[in-house]
Amino acid sequence: MSLVETQTPRPVTGRGDAVVRLENVSKQYGSGSNALLALDRISLTVRQGEFVCLLGASGCGKSTLLSLVAGLDKITGGTLDIGGRHVSLMFQEAALFPWLSVAGNVELPLRLQGVGKAERRKRAEELLEIVRLSGFGHKRPHELSGGMRQRVALARALAQNADILLMDEPFGALDAMTRDILHDELERIWREQKLTVLFVTHNVREAVRLGDRVILLSSRPGKVIEDYPITHERPRRIDSPEVSGQAAEITDRLRAEVARHAN
Amino acid sequence: MPIKYPSARAGLDGVSGETATPRTPAKVGVNPEGSEVSGLDALELGPQTDRGTLGRRIWRNTWPKLMAIAIVVLLWQIVVWSKWKPDYVLPGPGTVFGDLGDVLKTGDFWDGVLLTLRRAVTGFGLAVLIGTVVGAAVSRFAPLRAAIGSLITGLQTMPSIMWFPLAILLFQISESAIMFVVIIGAAPSVANGLISGIDYVPRTWLRVGQVLGMKGFAKYRHLILPASLPSFISGLKQGWAFSWRSLMAGELLVIVPGALSIGVRMQQARDLSDSSLVICYIIVVLVIGIFIDVLFNAADNALRKRWGLTGS
Repeated sequence: MSLVETQTPRPVTGRGDAVVRLENVSKQYGSGSNALLALDRISLTVRQGEFVCLLGASGCGKSTLLSLVAGLDKITGGTLDIGGRHVSLMFQEAALFPWLSVAGNVELPLRLQGVGKAERRKRAEELLEIVRLSGFGHKRPHELSGGMRQRVALARALAQNADILLMDEPFGALDAMTRDILHDELERIWREQKLTVLFVTHNVREAVRLGDRVILLSSRPGKVIEDYPITHERPRRIDSPEVSGQAAEITDRLRAEVARHAN
Repeated sequence: MPIKYPSARAGLDGVSGETATPRTPAKVGVNPEGSEVSGLDALELGPQTDRGTLGRRIWRNTWPKLMAIAIVVLLWQIVVWSKWKPDYVLPGPGTVFGDLGDVLKTGDFWDGVLLTLRRAVTGFGLAVLIGTVVGAAVSRFAPLRAAIGSLITGLQTMPSIMWFPLAILLFQISESAIMFVVIIGAAPSVANGLISGIDYVPRTWLRVGQVLGMKGFAKYRHLILPASLPSFISGLKQGWAFSWRSLMAGELLVIVPGALSIGVRMQQARDLSDSSLVICYIIVVLVIGIFIDVLFNAADNALRKRWGLTGS
């Protein structure tokens, strides 16, 4: 992201406008007889302020889809339109840089955008407060727990001030208790910061717990097989009967899909 | 050591900020004021380990070394007592340490040490400069790597003493001849350290760089160079070892008139058949080598600690 790019006026979007639009997007790796079709004609729209969960068994190309939206990889068919919006991406690993302090990591995106030192420091402090880690700025990443590191990664993603937050199984490596806490946090931050989130997971309950919509992908090649609207009132609990009930329904559908492939 | 951990439920409440639960930061790692992290997170941070006072730590590290030295000196004394060689060829530790004490008192000796160290620092400094430039260039341009990548590793295995005949022909008996060999001995290690550091930057970090939109110079400045630092430091350490060895060989072979370096003094002692003095200089060279190695290790350890690469 060059300085020039960040200074171009952003598209003005109100809540409800489509911010990510995929039409018949395909992704093929290699060519000829070695070709592997990872994604097959995916159509999907994410609206401003929406929390969309992409759910599927391993190998369904969920992560590939995020890489495409993030612009880390190129589509081989269809159209992908994010209207020139900025995206940030969070991974399963916090992937913080050990040579920087916690605050330094959060400041890095701002530094790359050419934000001045005082302004950067102030902003990083605010972001750490948002993820409830104020007072930890001077620490080194390795001094934090796994859950705290993921909070820092979230703060770093927020520092990019992107229009769309892409999350690739961000809580996949955490224990259930920590994950539960971070679900609450993410839901709160999403609401307060009015984020648009595209969240990839293979955990059905997590998807139902967090999403406005859960989009179920089939495996090899990845294809949208169902789009579940989740209407339960927020804040939700992962162990509430509503969430469990709907998760069970989606799990059955997912199982049928996995079984189809096993044969 | 009994540690009172806050309950898991306390963590949930603390983080969601609904109920204020009294926290017990007594012995639980770091817990700055105003943070909302407790419970599981605090538990994972672990207690600070008590590593004893500084004096005790130093003693714990020192006594095995003193013991090792004592054993070596004892073995040496036993060989001398056995009359395997006459005293004037292999003097005992008493004689040598006596002579060493006398030598250390002379200003001449320290001038020699200073001269040798100045050569070492200059040669090593130039080697670092050249090695870094070459290493960066090789890792940046694929054709260059294909061309001289394996040559660099080859140079590393080349015994430095093999360069002296050529160096003397090129530069005559001069400081330049010594510098030439010192640099050619050390630069490949420095270059290789940097190259492997750059090659093995973890993929996840590279992806983060991509997501943050790092390109060109910014990518090197903020990602590649800091990430390759540990490997670069081990390259420096190895480079130093090679340059020190080359320098010692150089000082014995290339005797520049008027420059009474450690090597020259040792050579003079040999010419006078003064075994005791020869051993003195061996000890001096060894001690300097160990001292510099300790400095490199300290830098390496500090970095590892900072990055959390040690087993906590």
